[in-house]
Amino acid sequence: MRKLRFHPCGNFKESYLQELTIFETDFGRLWMLVGLVLLFCVIPFVCSPYLIYVLNTIGIYSIAAIGLNLLIGYTGQISLGHGAFFGVGAYSAAILANKAGFPFILALPAASLITAGVGLVFGLPSSRLKHLYLLIATLAGQFILEYVFVHWESMTGGAMGIVVFNVGLFGFDLGTDRRFYFVVFALFTFMTWVAVNLIRTRYGRAFIAIRDNDRAAEGMGIPVFGYKLLSFAISSFYAGLAGALFAYYMMSITPEPFNLWLSIEFIAMIIIGGLGSIPGSVFGAVFIVTLNEVLSHLTEYLMNVGVSAGAAITIAPLREFVFGLVIILFIIFEPKGIAEVWRIVRSSFRLWPFSY
Amino acid sequence: MDFFFQLLVNGLSLGFLYALSALGFVMIFKSSSVLNLAHGELLAIGAFLFLVLAAWLKLPLILAFFLTLVGVFFLGFVVERLFLRPLIGENLIEVIMMTLGIGIMFRGLLLFIFGGDIHDYPDFLPEGLSIEWGVIKIPSVYVATFIIGILFLIIFGLFFKYSSQGIYMRSVADNQPAALSLGVHVRRVFALSWAIAFIVAAMSGIVLGILNGINVHELSAIGLKVFPVVILGGLDSIGGAILGGVIIGLIETFTGGYISTSLREVVPYIVLVIILMVKPYGLFGLVEIERV
Repeated sequence: MRKLRFHPCGNFKESYLQELTIFETDFGRLWMLVGLVLLFCVIPFVCSPYLIYVLNTIGIYSIAAIGLNLLIGYTGQISLGHGAFFGVGAYSAAILANKAGFPFILALPAASLITAGVGLVFGLPSSRLKHLYLLIATLAGQFILEYVFVHWESMTGGAMGIVVFNVGLFGFDLGTDRRFYFVVFALFTFMTWVAVNLIRTRYGRAFIAIRDNDRAAEGMGIPVFGYKLLSFAISSFYAGLAGALFAYYMMSITPEPFNLWLSIEFIAMIIIGGLGSIPGSVFGAVFIVTLNEVLSHLTEYLMNVGVSAGAAITIAPLREFVFGLVIILFIIFEPKGIAEVWRIVRSSFRLWPFSY
Repeated sequence: MDFFFQLLVNGLSLGFLYALSALGFVMIFKSSSVLNLAHGELLAIGAFLFLVLAAWLKLPLILAFFLTLVGVFFLGFVVERLFLRPLIGENLIEVIMMTLGIGIMFRGLLLFIFGGDIHDYPDFLPEGLSIEWGVIKIPSVYVATFIIGILFLIIFGLFFKYSSQGIYMRSVADNQPAALSLGVHVRRVFALSWAIAFIVAAMSGIVLGILNGINVHELSAIGLKVFPVVILGGLDSIGGAILGGVIIGLIETFTGGYISTSLREVVPYIVLVIILMVKPYGLFGLVEIERV
């Protein structure tokens, strides 16, 4: 049996493989197992339905945020169209399920693949464009896709939207929050695993090289354009999967939620969570979804309290203000996001009683 | 044919508005290479400040106008100092996200104070301004837009060409390290460029407000309309911004008039994607040459 490793005091790495390892200590591996057991065997059975609903939302948004982080945080291509790609996933899943009669298990990957294709198309300008210009190109993508959602009425049902039925896995009904929880988090775990390992492969390292210096990357023989497109495709695949889950979970979709605001929310997630960090994307999703819930409860509360009832505070301005403020504060004070805070906390435990 | 001319006039006026709002955008990009995603909110701030001063406090219009300009000028300094100064030298992505955050925050703030409804300025333009020329009728607001737009373009042209600050700005935009080594106070230039961008934005915000009434959502949407305009003209060219504005305005109006009203909203972005594919740096943009 291999020697168990606990707290490495100093750097004893002898090979590149050790450098690339995910778990530095066996302690970390243990905690991951504990976490998985909690996630699948404890949480769904002790939480209230409302909490399960929040958790499901977090899981769905996390998948999309991980995808966006692969694109922005790892490849350095800013995209303002992720919300629309999420919508493409949702719509293709709904259309495939309703019009072509795809079962749940086929509709998810098919919708993700369609979204990956759409993402590829909107990634094409990256052949000639960089950061600013690309950002604007994806912004245009967002508006064009939104237009398509509303106006391609024969397919998308226009502003009325589509109703999605029959969420079933091999004849097993997944209609309730708790059952859907398992689907969401099984996929979440799988997609996180894929993302974490993807960035350790040559593809991931090529992404990081492109982010750090694309000219140097090209000089090193990396086909930059190909990898940029790949990054767009993978990122949209994640968005599409999350969108498809969203469509099945919400049961009915309209063009309303897939606007620019959603794209901004995704960006806020990965900035607050931490650019270029997979756990960071999850932290960000948790933070934003929780913030949304807290704010909506707060406004509900304020509306019923006597003093402020007349003011008729609605959620939108409050939410926008807080979101903007949070983004600004994170960029100024903690540009690497919650992931960095998490790292500091972790390492100060590990290094205790020394401060280094 | 009348319809055509009417559309032409409308398109030109709309294009002038776009050009006017694109100017502030180009200003910031030219002097600090920051893509300002908060531009629509800057327009809205100026427009609402004028609303408060002119319509609510009932100050004389000229006074209200100058107070608005002074107000946004200092607001520009404050915003630069508080939010953008800490980011000098940081990654581009963080600066862009910062402007995004600023924009969202301001929009929330404005919605808090003014709500999502349309507010109107009092009628103050003299009727004599309107032009009737055969079948073509140009309402006085449009004439005012033209006048203000052209006045502004001239002022800025002169400012960039002859004033020392304008020359500093151009030098910083051209080559920041070189400007620094020649003793240009780059930080001051940044601050000034934000302040001036606020002024330009406020101006266009007021003009837009005269035209359709002011509404937070509409004004911030204009901020996004600016992208096709500046990309078409080239991100760092003032002349390009004007030409781009006019072209986009015309395309939008003619699509709305002849094809379909709903397509009107999205056609600038379709044009944008095509431009980006064919001529990424726009008509007059500076082409970055890269060699590997």
